[in-house]
Amino acid sequence: MATHAATTHDVAEAPAFHLEEDHHPEGSTMLGFWIYLMSDCLIFAVLFATYAVLGRNYAAGPSPKDLFELPLVALNTSMLLFSSITYGFAMLEMQRERQGGTLGWLAVTGLFGLAFVGIELYEFAHLIHEGATPQRSGFLSAFFALVGTHGLHVTFGTIWLVVLMVQVRQRGLVIENQRRLMCLSMFWHFLDVVWIGVFTFVYLMGVLQ
Amino acid sequence: MFSNLDLQKLIFGRLTLEAIPYHEPILIVTFLGVVLGGVAVLGAITYFRFWGTLWRDWITSVDHKKIGIMYVILALVMLLRGFADALMMRAQQAMAFGANEGYLPPHHYDQIFTAHGVIMIFFFAMPLVTGLMNYVVPLQIGARDVAFPFLNNFSFWMTVSGALTVMASLFVGEFARTGWLAYPPLSGPAASPGVGVDYYIWALQIAGIGTLLSGINLIATIVKMRAPGMTMMKMPVFTWTALCTNVLIVAAFPILTAVLALLSLDRYVGTHFFSNDLGGNPMMYVNLIWIWGHPEVYILILPAFGIFSEVVSTYSGKRLFGYASMVYATVVITILSYLVWLHHFFTMGSGASVNSFFGITTMIISIPTGAKIFNWLFTMYRGRIRFEVPMLWTVGFMVTFVVGGMTGVLLAVPPADFVLHNSLFLVAHFHNVIIGGVVFGLLAGITYWFPKAFGYKLDPFWGKVSFWCWLTGFWFAFMPLYILGLMGVTRRLQHFDDPSLQIWFVIAAFGAFLILCGIVSFGIQLVVSYLKREELRDLTGDPWGGRTLEWSTSSPPPEYNFAFTPVIHDHDAWWDMKKRGYSRPLQGFRPIHMPKNTGTGFVLGVLSVAFSFAMIWYIWWLAALTFVAMFVVTIVHTFNYNRDFYIPADAVVRAEDARTAMLSGRA
Repeated sequence: MATHAATTHDVAEAPAFHLEEDHHPEGSTMLGFWIYLMSDCLIFAVLFATYAVLGRNYAAGPSPKDLFELPLVALNTSMLLFSSITYGFAMLEMQRERQGGTLGWLAVTGLFGLAFVGIELYEFAHLIHEGATPQRSGFLSAFFALVGTHGLHVTFGTIWLVVLMVQVRQRGLVIENQRRLMCLSMFWHFLDVVWIGVFTFVYLMGVLQ
Repeated sequence: MFSNLDLQKLIFGRLTLEAIPYHEPILIVTFLGVVLGGVAVLGAITYFRFWGTLWRDWITSVDHKKIGIMYVILALVMLLRGFADALMMRAQQAMAFGANEGYLPPHHYDQIFTAHGVIMIFFFAMPLVTGLMNYVVPLQIGARDVAFPFLNNFSFWMTVSGALTVMASLFVGEFARTGWLAYPPLSGPAASPGVGVDYYIWALQIAGIGTLLSGINLIATIVKMRAPGMTMMKMPVFTWTALCTNVLIVAAFPILTAVLALLSLDRYVGTHFFSNDLGGNPMMYVNLIWIWGHPEVYILILPAFGIFSEVVSTYSGKRLFGYASMVYATVVITILSYLVWLHHFFTMGSGASVNSFFGITTMIISIPTGAKIFNWLFTMYRGRIRFEVPMLWTVGFMVTFVVGGMTGVLLAVPPADFVLHNSLFLVAHFHNVIIGGVVFGLLAGITYWFPKAFGYKLDPFWGKVSFWCWLTGFWFAFMPLYILGLMGVTRRLQHFDDPSLQIWFVIAAFGAFLILCGIVSFGIQLVVSYLKREELRDLTGDPWGGRTLEWSTSSPPPEYNFAFTPVIHDHDAWWDMKKRGYSRPLQGFRPIHMPKNTGTGFVLGVLSVAFSFAMIWYIWWLAALTFVAMFVVTIVHTFNYNRDFYIPADAVVRAEDARTAMLSGRA
């Protein structure tokens, strides 16, 4: 490590034991947020494990085959995947320091997020209407917990996105806001990855059974 | 439609006057004591005009040192509560034989053993560990604060909120009667319809958020903020153990959060995760909670190992024997702690191969742990040992902990475990390792770092009294339980029929009384040390002849810790600096960049107490209100971009000149 340190000491062989200039440790926000995401990932791991254990306990109730409508889920999945792409565009605009473009793509991302949550709520309402409530069986408890937790994350992400848009509006793409946008970017893509898991293990494999 | 009852339900949920236990004399007396004590404390704060200081310098402080001290105070207060529970249990079990029913009815006794476990683990041991890490780690790595100072303050207040929620259950409603891990179906809605389990859930959820965030914070601090030159293998051992512990926290606490959330869904929404019918699976809860629970015990013990390592090398005047092996042992324990959880329920019946796997992984953990014991012994070997109080705790630990470790290996043998499962042998084992390991370590750590935090040493006489009371008290209290456990006595019993067992419980109660003497002596030690503080004053900042960087600062350290960032060339950095004739810089000070205080953490803590109280009592309007309020407060906080300031250079000059005067006054 490069150290431009004091050399005023009398003892000849003693090396420098302190820095004279300010020490700026590199920012730890990204690392900290990444560790948080990994802890969040563990929450999803528990929910996936729960689904793996309880997912076939239908208790004489409906099974995935009876309930899931793949076209709807495919539409929903595409909403989330598109939102990740548009978030990527927002970040590219941010790197070019174009505030308008950043805000525009963030708005598109938020709309995709809302569409995703809306379709999910419609699906849940439909299931509950059919009697497939979370209280019906271990399978449905695990299903609603896993998919619902993901949906809650997307909801919070969307609220966060709106707050950030206001802040970018107020202060521009200052360093703090860039950092926050980076964090939300990680969060958003992380939710995307989790959804790939949900789509595969819950929906696709559920209908295959 | 809008009869009185409905309106009352709408406003107060299921909270009624019946929830106040005014017919229980023990609780009334306790309540009066708490009220009188509280009034006395508040009165004293007002009388000494301490409110302003309290708010500005403590409650809103983001200084890792102050937050560390507050964590330790919280832990010591909660120790009193948890220990009062222990005394009540020991007294009950010593008298409840034959016709004598004792003085605690089962429903009360069951709450006490649950509260004892929950409080001792979550609100005594955890805050104490977190507090010491908070105080010491930034100083040991030459940093000015943690990576996320506001988050640190927030984590602390979440932990306090959890503790307050547990304490509220004493006077409003009841606590869980399920044991400290609240296994379903007992903790499910059918068997525990009351508020006890809900208190348990919300207290742990809130405190758990604090713990998780402080884990993330300390990992980022240790990874990113070490002083230049401090490579991983030059970090002090305590910092290494803190790093591993925080990795464990981040990898374990989300599991607790998730499993408790699922339990609350079962209780609040009526889902079937852990029910016996409609496809639920109670054993899944037991698995999940122990996937958190086993790492949890290593979260507690690893920092204690770190403290012992610092203490042994300081008081032996030697570099720690086998530094690298100590680090690797710590890392191996960190990893292995995830591969043993099933040994808590061999009797689940998962079959011979699964049980053997977990039995063997459990036994393997004793290898790195044994390596550590030998490292400490070899550090002492041919050292110039000073038997100061922290060193006494360390030697007491080595003798006691080895016994606990051996009974642990014994329990790791599945056939033996089938006999001893849920017996008092198990209770004796885990108290053996937690008291003999964690508690002794934390008390050693408090004594060791106290002069750093407050500028004067703790009185050694009362420290020795406390040590001997704790040590003998531990042996008297728990050796009888080993014997009883081997005879087949199971845990959590409120009454016994066989009179021949009574003598052992009487001996155990006597041991608990000795530990009480140890705790009282510790309290006396604090008071006596404060009164004799001029005599015990540490002017050098390095009262023990320390080896790591925290001893290079003044006692107590200035707000900014280090006027200049230290540069590290060797482990035991401060020892290296002393050896090579380091002279403290006396000029050239610059303004120092520091984070600003904020009240947001405290506000969120208050709101989360109200939120959990509302959830526990089904006061839905209040729950919604406080939830939205927390959200709004958080968002408002993010609109504050003005979070730092500079300590002006002349303030630094003043602080450093004062230290120069103090150092020369000594010579």
